Amino acid sequence: MDEILEILKKDARTTAEDIAKMLKKKAQAVKDAIRKYEKEGIILKYKTIINQELVKDNDASVRALIEVNIVPQKDLGFDKIAERIYSFPEVASCYLLSGTYDLLLIVEGKDLNTVAKFVAEKLAPLENVRGTATHFLLRKYKEDGVVLKHKEENKRIAISY
Amino acid sequence: MGNLVSRKVQQMQPSGIRKFFDLVLGMKDVISLGVGEPDFVTPWQIREAGIFSLEEGFTSYTSNKGLYKLRLGISHFLKHNYGLEYCPDEEILITVGVSEAYDLVMRAMLEQGDKVLVPFPCYVSYGPIVELAGGVPVYIDTKSNDFKLTPKLIEKSIDKKVKAIVLNYPSNPTGVSYTKKELSEMNRMLLKHKITVISDEVYGDLTYDFTHTPFATLLNAKENTLYLNGFSKSYAMTGWRVGFACGPKDVIAAMTKIHQYTIMCVSITSQMAACEALVTGRKSVEEMKREYKRRREFVVEGLNKIGLKCHAPQGAFYAFPCIKNTGMNCLEFAEKLLKEQKVAVVPGSAFGPGLNDYIRISYASSFDNLKEALSRMDTFFKNIRRR
Repeated sequence: MDEILEILKKDARTTAEDIAKMLKKKAQAVKDAIRKYEKEGIILKYKTIINQELVKDNDASVRALIEVNIVPQKDLGFDKIAERIYSFPEVASCYLLSGTYDLLLIVEGKDLNTVAKFVAEKLAPLENVRGTATHFLLRKYKEDGVVLKHKEENKRIAISY
Repeated sequence: MGNLVSRKVQQMQPSGIRKFFDLVLGMKDVISLGVGEPDFVTPWQIREAGIFSLEEGFTSYTSNKGLYKLRLGISHFLKHNYGLEYCPDEEILITVGVSEAYDLVMRAMLEQGDKVLVPFPCYVSYGPIVELAGGVPVYIDTKSNDFKLTPKLIEKSIDKKVKAIVLNYPSNPTGVSYTKKELSEMNRMLLKHKITVISDEVYGDLTYDFTHTPFATLLNAKENTLYLNGFSKSYAMTGWRVGFACGPKDVIAAMTKIHQYTIMCVSITSQMAACEALVTGRKSVEEMKREYKRRREFVVEGLNKIGLKCHAPQGAFYAFPCIKNTGMNCLEFAEKLLKEQKVAVVPGSAFGPGLNDYIRISYASSFDNLKEALSRMDTFFKNIRRR
């Protein structure tokens, strides 16, 4: 992976100027490279990883993993029905998998009831959905490579050889 | 009652960092650029191997030389990476870090009064250990040549009593390293004078601008070289205390004799973890190296911008800028910087005589820390100019 991507993956807020210093490049060259990545869709978005457990008044405090069995459509395969499903704002992630079921969804809601209602009223009744299994998420330990807990205290002493 | 401490130890200089150390420990919210170890925690798979070995009940001594599996792993690694061949049975010894290996070499090799060339600025233990072993350190000042050792500088200090020279590249505290060509020139000269090379290459994996060349790979150098290395810096394993020495079998056998009486063997847990490091740790080494390199560029640029002249270190994770234009000596500078801006650096005087115009900065610290530290140093510097 290009080092610019490696740096941004760790901290999306690193400025082009700082990246330029780290890589001994011109700031403009870094800006151009980033813009190119954005244009090519390699960099899609910059977002913040939030520890939802600590947020009050949270619209996404309950999460569920939902396995969905679907009937693929002629000519369109899974893509069309997947689109119908992931277009719901409640669906945070949607993956097509090999194995015993087809789609894996991560659905967010402000409480159990909201999520259950979404499954019962929106998802399950869809024509091509053959069945669902909902697993409520009890606790998140790590997400996208980031461990979700308070920063650990540095255990090193301040001076050494 | 008379003095219980031997004259030899009484005469030993205490480490120059000590006093400063106590000052730092008493303060809160300090950004420390004084740390001579990686800021990464040992990669998980290596830690896990240590834990697993405990669960499996590996709690005994190992052979004096260290686990055969580890020596074999090191032997393979050196052959594969550098084409360097050492026999795991007779030419490799596992030690408690490079520090023990260095101590053993000196005790095994030196006769009373033998001289050892010690180029400086250098790591704090090189001179005192030579003295403890009955030798005489002959310090070579490399300041005039941007801290770079040359055959010419070495030759000036050679006489018949000189038995060995200590090389450390990339260097703590300067980050200076050498290309194969530069090393070859030194090698030819040292072979001519029959001077043995004690080569501390613990930062070898952290060489940024060119490929690291172990001294023992140079023409005819292997029989004349003690190659010292360890796991501390490359794999972020400082606290595990695992190093190793490779060299001619008679010297390794002599070192093993001392090692078996004083240390017996390195902790088996640490050795097990080190085995894992050799197998699965290389990816982490490369990742950390890229990260250090980026920090180096950032820090060196930052220091020069502030007005602290700093050459680009080629390896390790230290910068060694000159602070002469502040009008302060290094102790004063470090103490004021700590008190006024809460940034800890190490005074250059800890690394040899006549280094009062320098400080050592470790960039083994998170990018955010480095950025904040540089900004505080900038403020500090501007305040000085205003005074």
